[in-house]
Amino acid sequence: MAWMAWTLPTALFFGAIACLIVTFTVLAIKFPETPRVGILRIETTRGDRLFITLLGSAFLNLIWLAVGISPQWGALILCFVYACAVFRWV
Amino acid sequence: MEKTLNNKAWFLVLPVLILVAFSAVVPLMTVVNYSVQDTFGNNVFYWVGLEWFADMLQSDRMWNALGRQALFSAIILAIEVPLGIFVALNMPKKGFWSSFVLVTMALPLLIPFNVVGTIWQIFGRVDIGLLGYVLAKLGVDYNYTADAFDAWATLIVMDVWHWTSLVALLAFAGLQSIPEAYYQAAKIDQASRWAVFRYIELPKMQGVLLIAILLRFMDSFMIYTEPFVLTGGGPGNATTFLSIDLVKMAIGQFDLGPAAAFSLMYFLVILLISWVFYTVMITVEKAEGK
Repeated sequence: MAWMAWTLPTALFFGAIACLIVTFTVLAIKFPETPRVGILRIETTRGDRLFITLLGSAFLNLIWLAVGISPQWGALILCFVYACAVFRWV
Repeated sequence: MEKTLNNKAWFLVLPVLILVAFSAVVPLMTVVNYSVQDTFGNNVFYWVGLEWFADMLQSDRMWNALGRQALFSAIILAIEVPLGIFVALNMPKKGFWSSFVLVTMALPLLIPFNVVGTIWQIFGRVDIGLLGYVLAKLGVDYNYTADAFDAWATLIVMDVWHWTSLVALLAFAGLQSIPEAYYQAAKIDQASRWAVFRYIELPKMQGVLLIAILLRFMDSFMIYTEPFVLTGGGPGNATTFLSIDLVKMAIGQFDLGPAAAFSLMYFLVILLISWVFYTVMITVEKAEGK
């Protein structure tokens, strides 16, 4: 695995994403849901909302980095607020 | 109560997931690992955090390549989609000529990308290429290796030649699925040709056209081989699109860290746009009651 140049932070990052995917898969099997329509006017399931959250969070982090006004962990707080908003209203 | 989805069916895609893991996920993880480190070779890496991402976001080189890429995709979509629809509307609907035209239209799609680049590289040469020679004889000062406008024009014409068939064939498939009764009803109502197109043909082609736009956007946004063979990204950086710039950075300069950060941002943009297209497609299909 040395050729993959692993680091602890990137391993934790992928571990967190893997845990999220497994959790949402188990949730989807145990508690199947009917897709709902939110403020984006598109049908979304929990998995869709997770995807929107992860993709949006990546862009929020990049925008935060490009603006460069605060430490990067500030972006994570913003991402958490964004995730809550997505799961509540999208 | 009946379940709306049988999520256990997802386990059937596990074999594909394993294959994709080795062909895409593992390389992607490696790129993420590279993007936060620096190396001077010998597989020795140094942690740099988000430095490469910050550098790339401030880099004129990346933004210029992104601008050229977006312009290229916009131009070819603006040409290929209307042209493809126009060709499809004028194709024979049945009989020998229909099959003949379909096969002929499919031919450019079968040619490998590097061969397309080579064909046009020779075709455009002033000394031995038919296009370049004829333009020179007509008094047109054409040289795609030295003039940025000529290089762009050649690339766009090459892409239109290569890929308009795909849009036309998809649009033709959409047109063929329209029942004859729709046209008969339009005839009874004395609808004009434009009205038939606007209210019958275009709505019925909506689904396939969205697929065509998605395919053409994705392919043009990731274009590499044809411009690499034809212009090599030149003259200067005039046709250096994102993938060409990325390869120059990663393999030419061996800047693995910046190239990894660059490619991840490139990947995110493609992922976002693909998701938007996919969502629109699904929404349209549901609205049509498919």
